[in-house]
Amino acid sequence: MSVYINKDTKVLVQGITGSTALFHTKQMLEYGTKIVAGVTPGKGGTEVEGVPVFNTVQDAVKATGANVSVIYVPAPFAADAILEAVDADLDMAICITEHIPVLDMVKVKRYMEGKKTRLVGPNCPGVITPDECKIGIMPGYIHKKGHVGVVSRSGTLTYEATHQLSEEGIGQSTAVGIGGDPVNGTNFIDVLKAFNEDEDTYAVVMIGEIGGTAEEEAAAWVKANMTKPVVGFIGGQTAPEGKRMGHAGAIISGGKGTAADKIKAMNEAGIEVADTPSVIGETLIKVIKEKGLYDKCKTH
Amino acid sequence: MNIHEYQGKQILKQYGVSVPEGHVAFSPEEAVKAAKELGTDVVVVKAQIHAGGRGKAGGVKLAKNLDEVRTYAKELLGKVLVTHQTGPEGKEVKRLYIEAGSDIQKEYYLGLVLDRETSRVTLMGSEEGGMDIEEVAANTPERLFYEEIDPVVGLTGFQARRMAFNMNIPAKLVNKAAKLMLGLYQAYVDTDAAIVEINPLVVTGDGQVVALDAKFNFDANALYRHQDVMEMRDYDEEDAKEIEASKYDLSYISLDGNIGCMVNGAGLAMATMDTINYYGGTPANFLDVGGGATAEKVTEAFKIILSDQNVKGIFVNIFGGIMKCDIIAEGVIQAAKEVSLNVPLVVRLEGTNVELGKKLLNESGLDIVAAGTMAEGAKKIVELVG
Repeated sequence: MSVYINKDTKVLVQGITGSTALFHTKQMLEYGTKIVAGVTPGKGGTEVEGVPVFNTVQDAVKATGANVSVIYVPAPFAADAILEAVDADLDMAICITEHIPVLDMVKVKRYMEGKKTRLVGPNCPGVITPDECKIGIMPGYIHKKGHVGVVSRSGTLTYEATHQLSEEGIGQSTAVGIGGDPVNGTNFIDVLKAFNEDEDTYAVVMIGEIGGTAEEEAAAWVKANMTKPVVGFIGGQTAPEGKRMGHAGAIISGGKGTAADKIKAMNEAGIEVADTPSVIGETLIKVIKEKGLYDKCKTH
Repeated sequence: MNIHEYQGKQILKQYGVSVPEGHVAFSPEEAVKAAKELGTDVVVVKAQIHAGGRGKAGGVKLAKNLDEVRTYAKELLGKVLVTHQTGPEGKEVKRLYIEAGSDIQKEYYLGLVLDRETSRVTLMGSEEGGMDIEEVAANTPERLFYEEIDPVVGLTGFQARRMAFNMNIPAKLVNKAAKLMLGLYQAYVDTDAAIVEINPLVVTGDGQVVALDAKFNFDANALYRHQDVMEMRDYDEEDAKEIEASKYDLSYISLDGNIGCMVNGAGLAMATMDTINYYGGTPANFLDVGGGATAEKVTEAFKIILSDQNVKGIFVNIFGGIMKCDIIAEGVIQAAKEVSLNVPLVVRLEGTNVELGKKLLNESGLDIVAAGTMAEGAKKIVELVG
């Protein structure tokens, strides 16, 4: 078991003929991801890397039965690409694209209300269920199949944490990058809930950063509902107020969204928070040993 | 991106929002000329800097005649204003706004901002005008009102009226205030603003509802579709290194320390700063080279880091996903060739094409300290910088 994606997931790549999409389509195929279709308007009928290309998502779904889309479309057109995926009733749309105007995303969120599709991202690394399905841009080799769920607002910090876990022989059930934008699809609570219900996930690593209150809300949810141990890390502990730290969502303003507030809320919810990103793996191992889960999590 | 008050008022005017008459001035002569043109008994001489709290810092003066206008203009131009938003170094005043005085009866607050929890734009209003709104929110939250806006229909008339009544705007002026709010929302959406604040909004003796101040901040990701807004950018208000970085789509922020950082990914870049601090060092900058960087961009990033005189060492921390390690390596090597690298350089590479990247660096003949992990790299650079 895993969450969101597995070996049977049929993936469609939106914007497949762009250079970034091409590179990562190759990487995903090499990893074993079932990529069944690509979409680039005007390139329908062609083929890349042996994958048939269609003009519209609807055509691609009809012909191939794709159920999850990954979006590499450039920012000015990315919101429209998400809408197209939602319109086609896909199970999930994973949007890698960064720099989408936030008011575009406000409209997308409104359009998605009551619709079937789950959006992950935008501005995220994607989702991976090790050894089964990799959707996005994360390097495959750092992952190992196992029982720890990873959820993060930051792409590269997810790699950092996952790499540490794998090096210590602790595999992952699924790693989900929810993205660094202020308006996104899937949030921490959605993923924590999914991990809580997944019988193959025994513990969770949650990586947040400054800005907004998503980590505080997630901590409250963990305190009330989570039956599995959670460890965390918050990026931006030394970031000055009022400076936007790269991610559109990572800013401390009006004294809100500080790392200290988030760490406090997480500690109060029983989430052990790593002091530095280099000890996220160690912290998890310490906690699962305390809970007697280490042997179950250790991948042989 | 921020703009000046007078530029914000130019935008508001186009949306039917009442603002006092005024002219921008770059010299005392221009200030006097502007005041003459206005012809009002009282004019306000307002320092134009990209920071709030100007009034308290002495950046707003009431002048009763042209001599006073000249005196205040001379005093303010070139003065460094220190407000709670400028930081201790303050900001030099290079532009003034000369504005007709208003007969203020009462001050209010209006703001539009994205609410991350609801993913909606929210209108905020209060009768506690002219104050720091964060203090109002903390001390008297019951006096701050919110209207969540559905992007499909936009701000509605009833919401705007409800807000005006909640703010205790005199009943006979409620419709005027509501109309102003609708214009404000339209300006926000049309320009892809991130924050718009009117503090204070005022009711005047002759029964007008007027925006006495205007603060605009725009969504950087949407600027590509707003050439008119881009033209309002004032480079004098921004850090030179940050401007240079933005030319190459690099996300760079100047900080006070002496360890230059080059990282891919905003989260990892923040975490790298945190780790350097943890080992007793201080970062000179935040720098995310992004996912789609080319070797040229990496080279430019390196040059920008080295242009900071405080930099005594550089830590390159890359975990390649979309970013390939060999590209980073090529950029570092190219930069080292173009500029004389006379500070220690610690490089940690991991992720996509890592072996290729390491090979390139090893064969480059550059004096590079390799690190296996972020912690090791941070420790090494802190030691080397001393």
